[in-house]
Amino acid sequence: MSAEFRLPVGGRIDRAKPVRFTFDGKSYEGFAGDTLASALIANGVHLVGRSFKYHRPRGILTAGSEEPNALVGVGRDEAHYTPNLRATQVEITDGMVAESQNRWPSLAFDVGAVNDGLGRFLPAGFYYKTFMWPAGAWAKFYEPVIRRAAGLGRAPQAADTDRYTQRYAHCEVLVVGAGPAGLAAALAASETGVRVILCDEQAEFGGSLLHERDTVIDGRDAEAWVAEAVATLCSRENVRLLTRTTAFGYYPHNLVGLAERVTDHLAAPGSDLPRERLWQVRAREVVIAAGSIERPLVFPENDRPGVMMAEAARIYANRFGAKPGNRAVVFTASDSAYRAALDLKAAGVEIAAIADLRPDPTGAVVERARADGIRVLPGTSVQGTSGRLRIRSASLGAVVGGATETVPCDLLLMSGGFTPTLSLFSQSRGKMAWDEALEAYVPSVSVERERSVGACRGIYGLAEVLADGHAAGVAAAGKGASDGAARRFTVDAEELGHSGHRGITPHRRDASRVKAFVDFQNDVTAKDVKLATQEGFRSIEHVKRYTTTGMATDQGRTSNINALAIVSDALGKSVPEVGLTTFRPPYTPTTFALFAGQARGELFDPVRTTPIHDWAAEHGAVFEDVGIWKRARYFPEGGEDMHEAVARECRAVRESVGIFDGSTLGKIEVVGRDAAEFMNRMYTNAWAKLEPGRLRYGVMLREDGFVMDDGVVGRMAPDRFHVTTTTGGAPRVLNHMEDYLQTEWPDLEVWLTSTTEQWAVIAVQGPKARQVLEPLVEGIDLSREAMPHMSVRTGHICGVPTRLFRVSFTGELGFEVNVPANYGRAVWDAIFAAGQPHGITPYGTETMHVLRAEKGYIIVGQETDGTNTPDDVGLGWAVGKAKRDFVGKRSLARPQMQRPDRKQMVGLLTSDPATVLEEGAQIVADPNAPLPMKALGHVTSSYASSVVGRSIAIGMVAGGRGRIGETLHVPMPGGAIAVDVVEPVFFDKEGERIHG
Amino acid sequence: MVETVAFPPARPIGPLDQRASHARARPAVRMALVPPGVRLSFRARDEAAIARAAEGFGVALPREACRFSSGGGRAALWLGPDEWMLLASGDPDTLFATLEGALTDLPHSLVDVSHRSVAFTVEGPEAAAVLNAGCPLDLSLQAFPVGMCTRTVLAKSEIVLRRTVETRFVVDAWRSFAAYVWQFLEEARREFL
Repeated sequence: MSAEFRLPVGGRIDRAKPVRFTFDGKSYEGFAGDTLASALIANGVHLVGRSFKYHRPRGILTAGSEEPNALVGVGRDEAHYTPNLRATQVEITDGMVAESQNRWPSLAFDVGAVNDGLGRFLPAGFYYKTFMWPAGAWAKFYEPVIRRAAGLGRAPQAADTDRYTQRYAHCEVLVVGAGPAGLAAALAASETGVRVILCDEQAEFGGSLLHERDTVIDGRDAEAWVAEAVATLCSRENVRLLTRTTAFGYYPHNLVGLAERVTDHLAAPGSDLPRERLWQVRAREVVIAAGSIERPLVFPENDRPGVMMAEAARIYANRFGAKPGNRAVVFTASDSAYRAALDLKAAGVEIAAIADLRPDPTGAVVERARADGIRVLPGTSVQGTSGRLRIRSASLGAVVGGATETVPCDLLLMSGGFTPTLSLFSQSRGKMAWDEALEAYVPSVSVERERSVGACRGIYGLAEVLADGHAAGVAAAGKGASDGAARRFTVDAEELGHSGHRGITPHRRDASRVKAFVDFQNDVTAKDVKLATQEGFRSIEHVKRYTTTGMATDQGRTSNINALAIVSDALGKSVPEVGLTTFRPPYTPTTFALFAGQARGELFDPVRTTPIHDWAAEHGAVFEDVGIWKRARYFPEGGEDMHEAVARECRAVRESVGIFDGSTLGKIEVVGRDAAEFMNRMYTNAWAKLEPGRLRYGVMLREDGFVMDDGVVGRMAPDRFHVTTTTGGAPRVLNHMEDYLQTEWPDLEVWLTSTTEQWAVIAVQGPKARQVLEPLVEGIDLSREAMPHMSVRTGHICGVPTRLFRVSFTGELGFEVNVPANYGRAVWDAIFAAGQPHGITPYGTETMHVLRAEKGYIIVGQETDGTNTPDDVGLGWAVGKAKRDFVGKRSLARPQMQRPDRKQMVGLLTSDPATVLEEGAQIVADPNAPLPMKALGHVTSSYASSVVGRSIAIGMVAGGRGRIGETLHVPMPGGAIAVDVVEPVFFDKEGERIHG
Repeated sequence: MVETVAFPPARPIGPLDQRASHARARPAVRMALVPPGVRLSFRARDEAAIARAAEGFGVALPREACRFSSGGGRAALWLGPDEWMLLASGDPDTLFATLEGALTDLPHSLVDVSHRSVAFTVEGPEAAAVLNAGCPLDLSLQAFPVGMCTRTVLAKSEIVLRRTVETRFVVDAWRSFAAYVWQFLEEARREFL
């Protein structure tokens, strides 16, 4: 059985394909091709929502994406639920579940509607005036209550399981909007062979031509012309057609963001299709064919369900075969509503009267209406309406005095004329200008390479619109523009003027007591806008923010011009003097998921792993994030916690041998005949005399003299250095080096190559390290004499080439085995096997930290915070005093950098050896001093050391080296902890083990 | 008892070996590993050095921006005004030694980066579309012809991209980013059969 208000014939719906859906739990039937709005209208349903602030019953106002009222939540379950969708854009699918929003307990009976009666206590700026005090109540009470009371849809409760993708695309011409102007532009541009992308937010191309009944273009009726145009475009390989695709944002250099809704209109989409696809289109030229939007009239009680834009009613009847009501009153200031009245009358809607604000409406369509027997009331306005959940009557009265007449109706169609859609043009930073003749803002000065065509620049006649689109298409394609063959379209269509009305319509009610809505979505009335001007707001941008008019998700597309006119009247200024607010992206609400795209789950961010990662995972490593690297932190055995595991790993390194994955270490190969000179300038150390085969610990400063990075550097050849950096510092150091090389010293013959990922690095540390490695190495003498501490040799290990470093960050005899990365795992396995007789123990970064702290080796970024000189952290010895210059040298000479009371690195020992200080804790001289007391410094590293047999800590303390031997205090919530200041070396103070 | 350590000969393992062997067949976009090979980063501004390197390598070094030349299983990719990536098969050390020998006394830098990255092909009628899921470049044949190469980005990773035939691209990604790049493209090609 067909729905009650479904017309027997006509429309672009597919009557062979019924579609069942539910709205607020009730089942309805529509047809393929219906939107949720058209299907509800066909079922006689107009009440679809409650307003934002007053919870007034609201109906479907428009038939497009500008819809302010009919916001619904759609989704068969929580994982697919989307709130705040415009029912006018939602295509129904079989089994769709939709619900209204912002009502409790039900749409017909909503407790929040009490706000409507309290209206005069909720004026403009109400939030700003009322919820000021006490401040603490804002977060706890006001905001949650207001959010609930004045909210729109609810957020879904489950993670979105749909797929979203993104695509970059390039074209010579992007055409936004596929109405007559856009289609003509796309046809003309694509004919030249350039790449054209045509997008439209609707399910099918054609725009206004899809609901024309008697229009003929070039001898074909409008629908046939559209079909042929689309078929032509389809056949061209240089054209990409995107329906259901909203151009939501215009970004610099002609980058336009398109949101394509790929599967929402399908009942059972394949799981491999994305729900939405983001297109980032870089277009040489953009043609904006965004059309225009009909303006509501601002009259008392203009928001009841059943009050609808006249053109929208015409769309529902002509395009969707849905009758919006049985008896309509038409209220208009333009000719177009007469055309709507005639079409609706033809569809079986009784037209009770046309109230025309104009004193003397004339013209063909007006005469046609009169001839058709429609009662036309010139100089008449709507004084008010009645009806709770649906309009019941309209009260009509002459603009200049006289009696009022109550006309029963279930539909009120209004038309204040059309407003060009400037959103995208405004987003492109183009300047808009007020056109006196058109009485509209139109595009004026472009900033980007774009052009507006058709109704969005105030051209309304269909023949002119088509010609305008065609000319713009040719010009945008940049080919054949010179021949200037402007194309003519032969059009047979109703000629309509472009008159209209802006602002409040005249009425004889008490203006302080009626609600005449300007912004339906944010519940802003004419009274609110006037109040704002009375309270001193002059700028339209301020009025907008104070009243929230135009700030809803529809961006005020139905309300801006009316608000502007009210402000203009109230201030006695012309509309251009008042100005226009700026449009911002997105054009319509856009899902977060669209922007996230594929960047979810494992693709949220790259996770960098080393060649040895899988081994560590197989051996139960606990990983930590270092930047986007995963590093093994420790390897717990048999239920050990971190402290137990770290204690065991530390002992193994000190007593026998440990193995550590150092592959994440940054590596840069510095090569060229000026390599040593370059190193001299970049690092504090002296490099000229470092012989090939030797290593040196290097310190790098920023220009301000503070420590930026450190690392061991090997001289592989006179013109080749193997530089290592911290794991996190690698990209920064390479940038820093390239910056100086390219901008300061382009004369140097030296080049930098990142080799971080070329080498897997396996640290073998401990007294047995040499014994483990010796059987595996060929061509390198590992003996103490042949390969002393801080030397590097090349040779082979396990048959693969290696750069073998003898270096230690543990204070033990140690080696770092560099092998080409793909061999990393095999060599690690071999070393691990070879180390078994010695109980070789894998250790992680936490153990590495403890081992180095026991030796007082700093970690850049832990001991340092970007404000420390080399001397502050005990690295004064690494500064080549005799060097002519290096980055940061001049800064180190500043008096402040040499003050004796700078924070200096010291060791800290608690009185109770079991107490482990908290890293970051402050250090003071006297914990009983009055507050606020001066902190002398802070704890940078603190561990329980199983090897030393007690807790150890490193801190940065003002004049710290001069305080060695003193007792200081670390105030903590449980009381101050006394600490002795000591040299920051806790183990093997003589440093003999490293030479073992 | 004599202590001996037995170890298997070191076997190279690439970061994508496992993923690539499990890749699903989708004719519209196929992805396959390029076998490991030699990558040498060659840097020079000196004309004599550039000429000598080309002679030693056996393939001309392109002087046009973002182009590669190839022959005899080798390729030279222009990556910057003084930067080329030299690709070959075989042993890196041998080629390295040959070129270093030819370049003695000429200002240059030659660095073995064979293991730094991993390469795979993206091939098929939808290859460009799938790459454009994360790569912002215009991959039309006019803008990115066969014979073009460039450093660019793919989503959140840097890659070197080159087009070897109309429907085949080679993606070269740093080792630790390779899994991300592969997986990103694997996910992007899901909708293509």
